[in-house]
Amino acid sequence: MIQVNGLTKDYGARRAISDLTFDAEQGEIVGFLGPNGAGKTTTMRILAGYMPPTDGTATVAGYDVVEESLEVRKRVGYLPETVPLYSDMTALEYLKFMADLRHIPNSKERAYETLERVNLSDRADSYIGNFSKGMRQRVGLAQALIHRPEVLILDEPTIGLDPAQVVEMRSVIREIGKDRTVLLSTHILPEAQQICDRVLIINKGSIVAEDTPENLQSRLVGSQRVVLRVRGDSDGLSAKITKIKGVRDVDSKPDGSVEFEFAAGQDIRPQVAKTIVQGGYDLLEMRPIGMSLEEIFLELTRDNASGKKSS
Amino acid sequence: MNSPATMLLEKNLREVSMRNIWTIAKREYDHYFISPIAYVVAFMILLTIGIIFAINIYFFIQNAFQSFGQTPDISPLTGAFAFLLVLSVPALTMRLLSDEARMGTLELLLTAPLRDFELVAGKWLGSFLFILTIVVITLVYPIILNFVLVDPGIDQQLMLSSYLGIILVAAAFLALGVGISALFTNQVAAFFVTLSVFVFLWWLIGFPASVLQGSASEVFQYLDMKTHFYNALNMGSIKLADLVYFVSLIALGLFIGTTAIETRRWR
Repeated sequence: MIQVNGLTKDYGARRAISDLTFDAEQGEIVGFLGPNGAGKTTTMRILAGYMPPTDGTATVAGYDVVEESLEVRKRVGYLPETVPLYSDMTALEYLKFMADLRHIPNSKERAYETLERVNLSDRADSYIGNFSKGMRQRVGLAQALIHRPEVLILDEPTIGLDPAQVVEMRSVIREIGKDRTVLLSTHILPEAQQICDRVLIINKGSIVAEDTPENLQSRLVGSQRVVLRVRGDSDGLSAKITKIKGVRDVDSKPDGSVEFEFAAGQDIRPQVAKTIVQGGYDLLEMRPIGMSLEEIFLELTRDNASGKKSS
Repeated sequence: MNSPATMLLEKNLREVSMRNIWTIAKREYDHYFISPIAYVVAFMILLTIGIIFAINIYFFIQNAFQSFGQTPDISPLTGAFAFLLVLSVPALTMRLLSDEARMGTLELLLTAPLRDFELVAGKWLGSFLFILTIVVITLVYPIILNFVLVDPGIDQQLMLSSYLGIILVAAAFLALGVGISALFTNQVAAFFVTLSVFVFLWWLIGFPASVLQGSASEVFQYLDMKTHFYNALNMGSIKLADLVYFVSLIALGLFIGTTAIETRRWR
């Protein structure tokens, strides 16, 4: 459904994305994961037919995004990061306008149906200017869905929503993604894990990893870091913990806590607990530290650099 | 006429969807009726034209003996109307495309299955229909003159020519205004640039014609917008040269707008 080959985009001297290559099958939900400024929006804009790439090709639903831009735009539903809405229109007027632009017969009925789909039919005649952030996001999604497109491109669809709305939006996207191709961007790792069949991690304009969320996680979380807090002499404790097999990178923090790492798959926390108790320490806290997105990126870019050196 | 360039142009024009242009135009037309600035412009035009109409009638009646046998005409009304267009069209066109860019809705329109030209032409058509509505309302003055005040009626050919002139001036100004609006993200900037261009085209560009001699003088004479109105259409003469002038300005405005939108995509 989406094929991207060597896609490159320069803004003046700055290279926003360089040599991206990936594809997405029909019925697949692909997540674009990356920090702000990584090139997610640029890539999505090119795929939605908003702007041409500097180099490389992309086809969406079998049409080239540059040569057959109008055909692509007919088949793509696109929700930009800043939801483009006319605040002087009611939700229904706005969707009817979008349906008319897409030559949908009975545009008013279709507009109403689409509002029902995003649970906004009770506010059909309210002005968009009075809508909350979550409602605006849903109108934006309705706009992308109105022509029942083969491909959906959603740029940060859950940003700025409250937790309940996030859950709702995610379930709507999963529902939509059953029979069409969805490409969505996010910088929230759990979100990508929950919704997507496949995740592309993009950093500084290049894809640094591509896999299913499960594989990616097990690959990324190759080691688990734990923070430990005890009452008593923590320096003596860190010496004891260092002796346990599998423990590495032990670090005594100035606040009295101890951090260490162990390889994922061989959980040595029971042994650590035993050591603490046998040493006569009072265990206050033993807590795994989740890897933040930032650390994952650091990890991935480090992997890349070392990979290049060895080859 | 069968050069590759004309064939390409013909192909593009044939593919242009009137339906898309109409969808954009209709939205824009409706938008004017909830926009305070459009009401201010309409009120200003209608009030000014109304006052000029009343003054003209007053003087005509005062001088009834001298003007016996003459018919009053409406060229003072249309003449003032053209001047009002210089001031009011920038206010009507300034936000047409600049505001879409500022609000981010341009991204929506540029990812809809809509050609850039259709977007620009639709914006122009919407604003043109709004001005046309005001023009139609001002028809009450000549109608009053024709059926109520003057026995043999007014010079109707002159009236048609003057009104055609007003419509062409408005269409040309609006096209240029839409084109300039596409260049900006800030509507105030678009307003002042549009106003400056109009002042230049209306009053300044004809000035070299009176200084220069020969064909150079004729070129500037032709470029002078007000002569195509005051010395031609508003005096009852409909000539091809004047029509070509206004249609060329419309084409130029729409071309500037389309090119500006295309350029936005590449940035």
